[in-house]
Amino acid sequence: MTEVELRVFVAIVKNYFEQQTAVAADVYTPYLADPTALPIFDYTGVIGISGVRQGCVYFTAPAEMLRRILKHAGETDLSVRNLADLAGEIGNTISGNARRQFGHEFLISVPVVIKGLGQTISLPKGVKAYVIPFCWERLDAALVVSVV
Amino acid sequence: MSKRLMIVDDSNIIRNKIARAMDTYGLEIVGMASNGKMAIEIFVETRPQIVTMDLTMPEMDGIGCIRAIHALDPAVRILVVSALADKATAIQALKEGAQGFLCKPFTDDDLTAATGELLDEEEYD
Repeated sequence: MTEVELRVFVAIVKNYFEQQTAVAADVYTPYLADPTALPIFDYTGVIGISGVRQGCVYFTAPAEMLRRILKHAGETDLSVRNLADLAGEIGNTISGNARRQFGHEFLISVPVVIKGLGQTISLPKGVKAYVIPFCWERLDAALVVSVV
Repeated sequence: MSKRLMIVDDSNIIRNKIARAMDTYGLEIVGMASNGKMAIEIFVETRPQIVTMDLTMPEMDGIGCIRAIHALDPAVRILVVSALADKATAIQALKEGAQGFLCKPFTDDDLTAATGELLDEEEYD
C-alpha cells in the first residue's frame, strides 16, 4: 500500500462523513500498525479483499458514534442490530468506493461484523496494516487497511 | 395507481432509508429483500414495477439478481444502489438490465433524483 493509495482511503472517509452527516471528520496522519495493538472499538465491520489485491479493510467505531450517524440519517431504531449493520455498511461503502481507483478486480466481500472492545482481529500474515485514525463529533474511530 | 417497488439490500438501515425517501413518490413498497435469492422469490410473488438493487450481497449478488429479474420481466425498472464505484461495474449492471446507477453513500436528494429520472424515462418508453 503506497502513500498515494492510502490517500484514496483518507478521501473516502472524509467524503462519507461530509455527505452522510454534513459534519466533517478530522482525519489524522495514517501510521503503520503494530499487529499486536490494532485499534478496536465497540463495533467493527471487516471486509475481505481479493482479486488483484489481497487482504482486508476494517472500520471500527464506538457505539455512540454509530448512534449519532443513524440519527443524522433519520433512523429512529438505534438497536444493537442496527449499530452492527451500520458498522458493516460503512466498511462496505468505503471498500466499494475504493474501486473507483483500484478497479473492478478489487473484489470485496460482504461485511463481517465483530462486536465488543475485547475482540481481536487477525490480519493477513506478512501484510502491513495501516491505521487511518479520525475523529468525528469528538469521538475517535479508525479505518485499518491491510492490503497487498 | 401507485407503482409497486421492491427494495433489495443486505443492510437493514439502507432498506429503511430508501423506504423513507421513496415516500416522496408515493410508491407502494411491496417487498424488501436482503439478498438476491430472496429478491427473486418476492419478485415472482409481487411483480414490482420498480426495484432498487444492491450489488454486494450474500446468497446471490446483485448482478445475478438483475439478470434473473430482467429475464422474468424485461419491462421492470431497476435502479442499482451500490458502493461499487468503478465504471466497469456500472456498465455491467446496465448491460444486464438495470436502467440507473446510484453510488453509495447517497443523500435522500440523490435517491429521489435518480428515482425521478427512472420514472421520467418510463413515461417516454
